[in-house]
Amino acid sequence: MARAGAIWVREAWLAGQLLPQGAMTYLDPTNLLVARPNSQTDALAVAEEALKDGALPFVVLEITRPLNLREGRRLQLAAKAGGTTGLCIIPEGMGSNAAETRWRATPVFDPMREDSTLMRWEIIKNKTGTVGVWYVHWDPQTNRLHVVPPVGLQPGSAGLPE
Amino acid sequence: MWFPRLASNRVLRGCPSEAPFALIHKEANAERLYCLNDAAHSLGLYRGMNLADARALCPDLRSRPARPDLDARFLDVLRRWAMRYCPWVGREGADGLVLDVTGSAHLWGGEAAMLEDMRAVMARTGVALRLGVGATRGAAWARAHYGEDADLAQLPVAALRIGAETVTALQRLGLRSIGAVQGAARAPLARRFGPELLLRLDQAMGAVPEPITPEAEPPQYATRMTLPEPIGLVADVMGVTQRLLEPLCAKLRAQHMGARRLLLTLRRVDQASQQVDLRLAAPMRDTARILPLFQRGIDTIEAGFGIDMIRLEAVLVEPLAVQQIGHVDHGNDRLNDLITRIGTRIGLENIQRFQPADSHIPEHSFLIVPAAHSPSASGWHAPRPRPITLFPPEPIMAKGAEPPARFRWRRMSFSTGRAVGPERIAPEWWFENPAWASGLRDYWKVDTREGRRLWLFYTPQSPGWYVHGEFA
Repeated sequence: MARAGAIWVREAWLAGQLLPQGAMTYLDPTNLLVARPNSQTDALAVAEEALKDGALPFVVLEITRPLNLREGRRLQLAAKAGGTTGLCIIPEGMGSNAAETRWRATPVFDPMREDSTLMRWEIIKNKTGTVGVWYVHWDPQTNRLHVVPPVGLQPGSAGLPE
Repeated sequence: MWFPRLASNRVLRGCPSEAPFALIHKEANAERLYCLNDAAHSLGLYRGMNLADARALCPDLRSRPARPDLDARFLDVLRRWAMRYCPWVGREGADGLVLDVTGSAHLWGGEAAMLEDMRAVMARTGVALRLGVGATRGAAWARAHYGEDADLAQLPVAALRIGAETVTALQRLGLRSIGAVQGAARAPLARRFGPELLLRLDQAMGAVPEPITPEAEPPQYATRMTLPEPIGLVADVMGVTQRLLEPLCAKLRAQHMGARRLLLTLRRVDQASQQVDLRLAAPMRDTARILPLFQRGIDTIEAGFGIDMIRLEAVLVEPLAVQQIGHVDHGNDRLNDLITRIGTRIGLENIQRFQPADSHIPEHSFLIVPAAHSPSASGWHAPRPRPITLFPPEPIMAKGAEPPARFRWRRMSFSTGRAVGPERIAPEWWFENPAWASGLRDYWKVDTREGRRLWLFYTPQSPGWYVHGEFA
């Protein structure tokens, strides 16, 4: 991930933006492209083109309305043709049936570490396997994800937070 | 070839008129006549005359401001026209052309016939023309300006292309014609007038060569093809485009240029024409790479009854040096192709990349630039943790300089689990920035018990709390 590039497809009217200094922990902003299409149709076309081409191994697409089966399937086929990874950031409940996997990522409060990036990753759809829950933590030194036990079950903690 | 009234002829071609007419040029804070027509000349006006004096002499004088740039372009048009007589055509001053007709006069049936043809064409066009033929460039100039069939020795000294003071001084010495100057002793002339006079004399006589510099035609990056039968299939149009691209790319390669923007014009049988505009993310001259990029544009073309003429033009070219082929991968080329393909859909300027900027203000610490026109820049550093997303500051209800224990944001309630800070960022006072009008900001990274990690700031100079970003 450190060497390879990525393209982030985000509709032009959406407020807020990626801060490269914040993102540099996870990927080098030098190799990051941002596409600002005017509509979701254009966004999907850009994402499909980028997925199919394979010049950039990683494509992030932000959508604002649910994908129908045809759109989802086209993205799926494009990703297969280009050998690329596509990640579609969807609002809650707008998943596409064509997706290979669907995840719900929620940040979790970590009382132990100040620079924590602890998250709960729950796989809620998996075409080729089972669903499950992981607690993960990004290690900026090694640029790797570490799977850690859930908060509350770590050594020295009192119990589950709920 | 001398065009004595080039500028006024150019203007009067657009609106023919027999009335006195002059072009005005402002020199040294006075409006002076720059060029005038025959009618004005016969009334006693002359070039360089003050406009007020001219009006006094000729109250119904019509005048226009002079445009020397347009005159130069008109002369260039005439230069291209003159290339029909011989290939070796150069400019002579601002209102003349010089042609080396050696070896091409016989194609027109001799020099006299050739001159006759020039005169006939220019008379039809309405441009005054004076011709001079000579064995040397100087002699031709002298005859064009001071008598077309005269003997060179009989012409006045002014025909030697020398300054007005030298002419006056020579006349005072009694040397009124070129022949007289030629007969005089050279050493005293050189001592008195410098080498310029003798150089001009020798050039006119042919003792010193004076070459003609023909102007090179600027390369035209355009090709076209007219088809005997109209075509309508996408594959056929792509095939023709490929056959047009090959000579264009060969030309670009020969000139060490690369196309940045290509325009494909397709004319239909019913005379309607359609265009495909292709903007490239990087200068390119590779047929195999450019052709697929046209696919999307050609798909949208409405062929109607068929297309019978296709023209391809590189509207924008950039220098592109030859590059060594090495073992390095061509990932950059692939990326540029991808940017071009996406750019044809959403506009090339909507594909952006980040470049670091020298500012400690979070919003100004990076630049968003179009990816096609700027290289990728490294040199990112973040001395303090920064959020991954940034949005316009959203106010929350809270009091005091310490982060609130509980707050509501975006209709969700949060309780602070841990707050790290403050990091004080001062506004850049040397810029007018309304977003930072509230003064200093104390930034806190607040880890909420609900999980979200937010970037809050407090403005001590006008108390208030805002959410500015979110960490991963």
